[in-house]
Amino acid sequence: MDGMSLLKRIKQQRNLHFMVLPGMAWMLVFCYVPMIWLVISFKEYDITKPMWDSPWVGLFHFKEIFSDDRFWGVIKNTLGISFYKLIAAFPIPVIFALFLNELKNIKFKRTIQTISYLPHFISWAIFGGILLNWLSTTGLVNNIMVALNIQNERILYNSDPRYFWWIAVISDVWKELGWNAIIYLCAISGIDLNLYDAAHVDGAGRFKKMWHITVQSIRPTIAILFILAVSNVFNGSFEQIFVIRNSMNLPASETIDIFVYNMGISQGRFSYSTAVILLRSVLSLLFLLMANYASGKLTGESLF
Amino acid sequence: MDSMGKARGKSRYYPTSLFDICNVAIMLLIGFSTIYPVWFIFVNSIAGADEALTTSVNWWPKTLYLGNYLAVFKDGGIANAFLISVLRTVTATFIHIFFTGMVAYGLSKKYLAGRKIYMLIGIVTMLFQGGLIPTFLLIKNLGMYDRFIVYIIPAMFNFYNLIIFASFFNSLPQSLEESAKVDGAKEFLIFTRIIIPCSKAVFATLALFVGVYNWNDYFMGVMYIDNDKLRPIQTVLYKIVSESAASVIQQQAMEALGKRISPDSIKFAAMVIATLPIVLVYPFLQKYFVKGLMMGSLKG
Repeated sequence: MDGMSLLKRIKQQRNLHFMVLPGMAWMLVFCYVPMIWLVISFKEYDITKPMWDSPWVGLFHFKEIFSDDRFWGVIKNTLGISFYKLIAAFPIPVIFALFLNELKNIKFKRTIQTISYLPHFISWAIFGGILLNWLSTTGLVNNIMVALNIQNERILYNSDPRYFWWIAVISDVWKELGWNAIIYLCAISGIDLNLYDAAHVDGAGRFKKMWHITVQSIRPTIAILFILAVSNVFNGSFEQIFVIRNSMNLPASETIDIFVYNMGISQGRFSYSTAVILLRSVLSLLFLLMANYASGKLTGESLF
Repeated sequence: MDSMGKARGKSRYYPTSLFDICNVAIMLLIGFSTIYPVWFIFVNSIAGADEALTTSVNWWPKTLYLGNYLAVFKDGGIANAFLISVLRTVTATFIHIFFTGMVAYGLSKKYLAGRKIYMLIGIVTMLFQGGLIPTFLLIKNLGMYDRFIVYIIPAMFNFYNLIIFASFFNSLPQSLEESAKVDGAKEFLIFTRIIIPCSKAVFATLALFVGVYNWNDYFMGVMYIDNDKLRPIQTVLYKIVSESAASVIQQQAMEALGKRISPDSIKFAAMVIATLPIVLVYPFLQKYFVKGLMMGSLKG
């Protein structure tokens, strides 16, 4: 194919290009056009007029965001829930994978693993419905707490902002535990078995092997998933919170996503909420770079 | 997954210890707690009104009452939503898989002129998104708001899935296509006649994942649909769960059946119906998805 001009090559490969170009067109419309729409965060967008006709307002919306007390509450909720997810929902699947790997009965191990990721495939509309039933005054949680004498009276758990972060974090761990463990189990299955035999000859016990071989071998996987988790702290899990939030737990349940929805869709403040999205994207990118840098320094593993 | 081999090798080292017993107990507890939600909605969906009106059933139902299901099917809204969900899932998944696979086949050819530019266009979409509001405004401007097509076209392509397809196509032997080319077949025909039949595993895996996503998604129906008749079952459930919309259905059902029915039971019966397809494809899902994961499809 040497010496053939680009145009000639394209012409010769036109059938392949005809297959690729529809995908490019799709991305242009559904990914790039929304990116262009982000400029309305610097404009006062009016839905009745074309975007380019609305007046520029510079950083007006960003100034408004920063002087809005509600926004700082939103940041606190987003980072608070994400922080607890990082310290609970992140390590628990690793520990689960390690312990599952220690099971001796292969059939039992497989069964537990298969069951453990079932909740991942149940929609949040249903899982949230179950959760709300359990948290109601006559629900399972109150029944157990009263029966065990941990609390004397029945509590409306989901209407009290004090409990919301707990509910969000625990239900997330519950739903995604098995699913998040799969990638670690795959990594564990790739470890060279001779390492264990060698360690055994050297007199290493079970927990020493678990720490020095299993954990060390899956460290790159852990590090990379940790970087991704940290860069996701501003995203939260929208589908989850959207179901279990209500007007009473709003002070604790309004995360950035929910705030954008409330401001943009419910109140029609398109420019303001788009400015929040843009701000979030910038912060997420910064966090990704920071986490990547820190991980590279501390563990020697980084994404790029 | 051959982590099993290791455990087998290891068991000869240790006698059963306290750790093993605790470990098995914890695993049983985790296994129980992850399967319990499904059991819970099932037992509550068959509870009679007397039982269900006072409290929810946690372990065993005292009665087996199928009237709740009857009530759900008598309610035109839920039956219609189920149909919308089926239509949406089948159509959107089929189109997504075919379209993304086709683009991926073209891009999997390393000699394609301009391939680097095409890839760059795709990779950028993985890093930056316009987000909720810009996408909403786009859908409105495209005239897709409150139309069934909103479930199909905005969901017909995904660059992550394209990468999985392309890496699979690259692993196929070259000779497959060359023989077809000698016969003068065009690339599109090679894709439909040769590549698809040879790539059943990757097509099945991705179809399952995209299918489960389409079935489970409730948010599109909240965001882009106004007409009750176009809402999928998950959106209807979302409305029942979070906006307590069950009482209307309950009243209609009570009038139709002439019996007392608890709104919760109807809710749970609808949940069971919405979960059933997932439980049915679950054995296939779990057979394929470790494979899919190895191909890098972990995204959600």
